Amino acid sequence: MKPESHAFKRRAAEALRYQPLQDALAQFEDGWVAKRRTVVERLPEFEQLRAQGAAIRDEALRNLDLYLEQYESAVQRNGGQVHWARDAGEAQEIVRRICREAGARTVTRGKSMAGEEIGVTEALQADGIRVVDTDLGEYIIQLAEQRPSHIVFPCVHLTGREVAELFRRHHAGKTGERDRSTVSAIVQEAREVLREEFFAAEVGITGANFLVAETGSNFIVTNEGNGDLTCTLPRVHVVTTGIERVVPTLEDASTLLRLLGRSATGQEITAYTTLSTGPRRSDDPDGPDEYHVVLVDNGRSRMLAGEFREMLRCIRCGACMNHCPVYRSIGGHPYGWVYPGPMGAVLTPLHVGLKEAGDLPNACTMNGHCAQVCPVQIPLPSLIRKLRGRQFAAGLTPRTTVLGLRAWAFTARHPTLYHALTRWPIALLRRLGRRRGRLRRLPLAGGWISQRDFPAPAGKTFFSQWPRRGEDER
Amino acid sequence: MSPQSDPPRSPTVGLFVTCLADLFRPSVAFASIRLLEHAGCRVSVPRAQTCCGQPALNSGDFESARGIARQVIGAFEDFDYVVAPSGSCMATVCKDYPDLFADDPPWRQRAEALAARTFELLAFLVDVMAVTDVEARLPAKAAYHDSCSGLRSLGVKEQARRLLGRVSDLELVEMSNAEVCCGFGGTFCVKYPEISAKMADDKIHGLETTGADVLLGGDLGCLLHLAGRMKRLGKATRVYHTAEVLADMADAAGIGDPER
Repeated sequence: MKPESHAFKRRAAEALRYQPLQDALAQFEDGWVAKRRTVVERLPEFEQLRAQGAAIRDEALRNLDLYLEQYESAVQRNGGQVHWARDAGEAQEIVRRICREAGARTVTRGKSMAGEEIGVTEALQADGIRVVDTDLGEYIIQLAEQRPSHIVFPCVHLTGREVAELFRRHHAGKTGERDRSTVSAIVQEAREVLREEFFAAEVGITGANFLVAETGSNFIVTNEGNGDLTCTLPRVHVVTTGIERVVPTLEDASTLLRLLGRSATGQEITAYTTLSTGPRRSDDPDGPDEYHVVLVDNGRSRMLAGEFREMLRCIRCGACMNHCPVYRSIGGHPYGWVYPGPMGAVLTPLHVGLKEAGDLPNACTMNGHCAQVCPVQIPLPSLIRKLRGRQFAAGLTPRTTVLGLRAWAFTARHPTLYHALTRWPIALLRRLGRRRGRLRRLPLAGGWISQRDFPAPAGKTFFSQWPRRGEDER
Repeated sequence: MSPQSDPPRSPTVGLFVTCLADLFRPSVAFASIRLLEHAGCRVSVPRAQTCCGQPALNSGDFESARGIARQVIGAFEDFDYVVAPSGSCMATVCKDYPDLFADDPPWRQRAEALAARTFELLAFLVDVMAVTDVEARLPAKAAYHDSCSGLRSLGVKEQARRLLGRVSDLELVEMSNAEVCCGFGGTFCVKYPEISAKMADDKIHGLETTGADVLLGGDLGCLLHLAGRMKRLGKATRVYHTAEVLADMADAAGIGDPER
């Protein structure tokens, strides 16, 4: 997917003014946030579970090479094939080849963020293949020709009315005029339309929530059951996923499942948990003839080797963005790539570079709510700060900011100078603002004054009032 | 948090004034001194202090941040405790200074030793000095905003409410979004002013829903930002630092209000 993260500021400004989006985002607090809180409060050991989740992910990452090889042999033992893709281009080629060899004309797709990353849909469409997203949210996004704005609720930015209008336009020859005023009516209509696609597809592509090294199994969780149909009905099942998805055992996967549903949607467990372990066996009632797993690196092994390894623990629940006040002010689109919110502020620059995505780690108040709710205890604010450090070290920070910082830091290290230098400007500001208690205009303070008055200093600086007693002269 | 075991009966406390209190609101520092002395501490205010270095740290200029951290550690390491009327600055000293010296063992050791004795003002008064009462009065209906660093990095939450609950004539009400970031975020508020203002507006909306006429908080950054935004919007809500109220010094003008 081509990144558009450089346009962050412009798109954030647009998002702030787009009322339907603001209405949708305003519902997060009483919606997903409250739902998560309720189920977490019902589980007294949730905090221990988070620590356990982090430990499971860390163990998997520490021995990732071994677990991946173990996973590969298990898949092969089950009759499936594992394909290794260094980057998005290689992954696209592999998926295109599989679809070509399967003679695919229609491909159904379950949700896969790794699939978004490598641009599976665009690649197959270029080959003249019809790609139908089967996750309801992704399906709506596809009709709208947009990008997901959330990793769990891709069309959270659209209103019910907008969705109804999309269905009316795109389903004209299929379902005709009908009531589209309720969520259940929309779901029912999508079900009817998608049913035909499930039967028509030669290839079904899904992602993976977890890969299990000991069995070669793939877990996907959905609330619509589209995952089951995408992976069992077509003749060929392709899994596109990142190499970091692997965990050692089934037990580990089930521990993580307990965290995932609660953190993502406030559910104890999602409606469907689908395990697929290779192609159909002779005595299976259904299942695909071919089973392919495309393991995508796309920068992950570089992350594994460096100071951002903790980010690879991520289980893609979306809790960080649900709790992020910045995400909840602007939605997911300004982030400009696959992953929005706090996890996106770390992942996007690591994938597409800080030149493209320099705004993302900066558009964060370091309030720490994301880290507090992360089910695998990723220290998101400190990773975001590390990215700022990289930015600074690489000379990507604006020259004026650097000079200002350096000058300020110099005086901050020399207290006597600092106290002398701050005294008179503060006295001046106080005089200017004394009558009203605040300033409505202030040169060189546009970032502040454009949105707020500037509270005037309440008196002389503390250090020009504090007596210089011997004991205090340290 | 439970009271720590056996603090010295009258410990020496180095007050870290914070740059914002020094420049914009010295009364917050004077209020802190009053509260600490009343709790039995011997308070000193070293003149060799300016700022904790957070602006450099959060801008990714770790070298400058380290320089300032060394300066702070040197100025404060002889006291029994370091206390500041700010969760944000104290979280920097407690959590970030040791990380800044990850590759410098001698300084790391000094940073960790200091971090272990460093506290946000209200957490110190309640958890270390076991203060249970205050002599203060404020006839008002007030809401307390939980500043993020204090809340999430240092666990400052109940301490503030417990002490504010002892202020005469003060009705303390809770905002439903008390724990949501107000949008200050240091340099964030000037780099992304529109997003910052939207977050402030959400906070202000939560505040107005409570019917409070006073907003209190433990970090001047948040308070200057929220007061500035409320003034811009023409709101009459008065804004004070919690320390000013607890030290019975909230009869002065609120933040951004004309001097009386």
